[in-house]
Amino acid sequence: MIETIATPKTSTGKSLRTEEMIVNMGPQHPSTHGVLRLEVVLDGEIVVDVIPHLGYLHRCFEKHCEHMTSYQQVIPYVDRMDYVAAMTNEFAFVVAAEKMLKIEVPERVHYIRIIMAELQRIASHLIAIGTFGIDMGAFTPFLYYFRDREKILELFEMTCGARLLYNYMWIGGLSHDIPPQFVEKTKEFCTDFKKTLKEVNDLLNYNEIFIKRTANVGILPKDLAVNYACSGPMLRGSGVNFDLRRDDPYTLYNKFEWDVIVGKGEMGTVGDVWDRNIVRQREMWESLRIIEQAIAGIPEGDVQKAIPKRIRPVPGDAYGRIEGPRGELGFYIVAEDNVTPYRIKARAPAFVNLSVINEISKGAMLADLVAIIGSIDIVLGEVDR
Amino acid sequence: MTAQDIHDILKLQFTDAVIEAKLENVVDPFIKVRTDMIKEIAVFVKNDERLQFDYLMCLSGVDYKGKLGVTYHLYSMVHHHKIVLKVEVPTETPDVPSVESVWKSANWHEREAFDLYGFNFAGHPDQRRILLPDDWEGHPLRKDYQTPEFYNGMKVPY
Amino acid sequence: MGLLDQKFENSNIVVTTMDNLLNWARLSSLYQMQFGLACCAIEMMAASASNFDMMRFGVIPRATPRQCDVMIVSGTVTLKMASRIKRLYDQMPEPRYVISMGSCSNCGGPYWEHGYHVLKGVDRVIPVDVYVPGCPPRPEALIEGLIKLQEKIRNESLAKKKAV
Repeated sequence: MIETIATPKTSTGKSLRTEEMIVNMGPQHPSTHGVLRLEVVLDGEIVVDVIPHLGYLHRCFEKHCEHMTSYQQVIPYVDRMDYVAAMTNEFAFVVAAEKMLKIEVPERVHYIRIIMAELQRIASHLIAIGTFGIDMGAFTPFLYYFRDREKILELFEMTCGARLLYNYMWIGGLSHDIPPQFVEKTKEFCTDFKKTLKEVNDLLNYNEIFIKRTANVGILPKDLAVNYACSGPMLRGSGVNFDLRRDDPYTLYNKFEWDVIVGKGEMGTVGDVWDRNIVRQREMWESLRIIEQAIAGIPEGDVQKAIPKRIRPVPGDAYGRIEGPRGELGFYIVAEDNVTPYRIKARAPAFVNLSVINEISKGAMLADLVAIIGSIDIVLGEVDR
Repeated sequence: MTAQDIHDILKLQFTDAVIEAKLENVVDPFIKVRTDMIKEIAVFVKNDERLQFDYLMCLSGVDYKGKLGVTYHLYSMVHHHKIVLKVEVPTETPDVPSVESVWKSANWHEREAFDLYGFNFAGHPDQRRILLPDDWEGHPLRKDYQTPEFYNGMKVPY
Repeated sequence: MGLLDQKFENSNIVVTTMDNLLNWARLSSLYQMQFGLACCAIEMMAASASNFDMMRFGVIPRATPRQCDVMIVSGTVTLKMASRIKRLYDQMPEPRYVISMGSCSNCGGPYWEHGYHVLKGVDRVIPVDVYVPGCPPRPEALIEGLIKLQEKIRNESLAKKKAV
């Protein structure tokens, strides 16, 4: 028999017998953000154990890489891993490959890559917070945010022709230069977007129901976060002041002025679901700051100057990582003296962040589990690769 | 701290565990260590004051034809330095001690390496397949893997 | 009742065939099963959001297969997921339709050559009515696929025998 908070008693004074129940939040579920299966062991409404089952979207990315005829051919596959934030995937791979091949790209390429990465960070957080709001029952932020996401996708489509999966950042440069109206339209977007951010901030973040559902839920302590190698808003929401853009630089972020947002436990405890959400919201403001500074001073140059005609690396290996919207996205490339890559391993942030779900949802209720999954911000394409 | 200093500290502590080290003229300096001592080395590099490698960035399996290898990418949040450790095992008996008790993030990484390469991580609390179905046969990322014709009645090749 | 009763001059009696009436009712309110697998799911969500708005065609996402008419398979179907898709398809009540969205569910997509765990096309487990190509297809393409499905439903007849 399991002792719960108040074990009910019958009229004769004996305790009622209870049992644990296993409930399956199956691969098709509106709140699991993709095909994730969770086996939840419940004692009444309280979660005792959560066992995630992955692999429903395992698309053999690493096997495909070993059969490509060029390193540049890997980039469309890399896009499709984290399909919500495709530019940052390409950025991570390109950073790792350029580190291994010792290629220096022109400064214009750095600036444009930073602008694209920050626009993509905003677009990814819009989906993350929008779908998180739907899980909590708030439908309106989702619609407002998708309206603004369409503006960002228009900017991307103007540059490289695709809305979702771009194949834009190549090893050594970019596939297209930005068109003349890009700067103007981006400045317009930055001004308009601030209104939406303010609106949703007033609607969602300080709403009493939202606070009651998210504060003090799913608390992730600092040392557990570091031991489980969490990264991104999960790590910063727990109070760890660490951001790869500043602490392990891979491009020219040090030329701009921006702040790293860290969770402080304003509404509950440090490291709860509310903190992670507010870190994502405030990061969007910082991304806007970076974009405005970058767009004001893009240097001239040729974006395709440093793209190698044929990539045949010196045997060796390299690990390159960037700060993606979900956390640290890294690629470990093992190369031999051949145009085909020998081994490419993708270190996906959502895969590593998801492993902590068992620890932080013990003792929560089933409805809190939905909030916790939404705050981890998983994309199954990169969890399963 | 540079890679040379880290290598010297390791060599001082474990005299015979370091097999090979490539620290100059290479993009990512790495240290190849003896497979059976990887767990003690992991405990040491995590707790030692000068090293404090508390963040396991990535754990990956590699198939060098004839041998299998595991690569550990470590980072220190305190001192902001990185190092790469490598171990190698023969393909027929791929037994590697598990470092899950040192860095909990290795739990799922080692399950994935077991799933796709067939390593046997001694001491892992829950070694089962993570990405492929439980009744899958074979370890796909090995270089000599053949795609099956049928799986549960569904034709696999195009 | 604004639009319908302005069509009749004398009385409010409509003469039609049973086929037309049933088909019109079915195609105007296709309830969709919320079933996004991979990248195409994001474009499907964008198609339901305000810019492209699938709801004006009567397509509302429902979470349970028991209340749906159409299942839009958007994304790569893996071998592990294929048996679940078959089970979900069996749970849908008839008349039920399937739209296969994107290259991956049409024919395996970019993973056709070396994907050992990818099912090369969802039509290897369930029957498909409309194929929408693209990687991912634009929301307008998905809406065109939906309209093609509506045309297909318009031509159905109670008298014709159906293959189960």
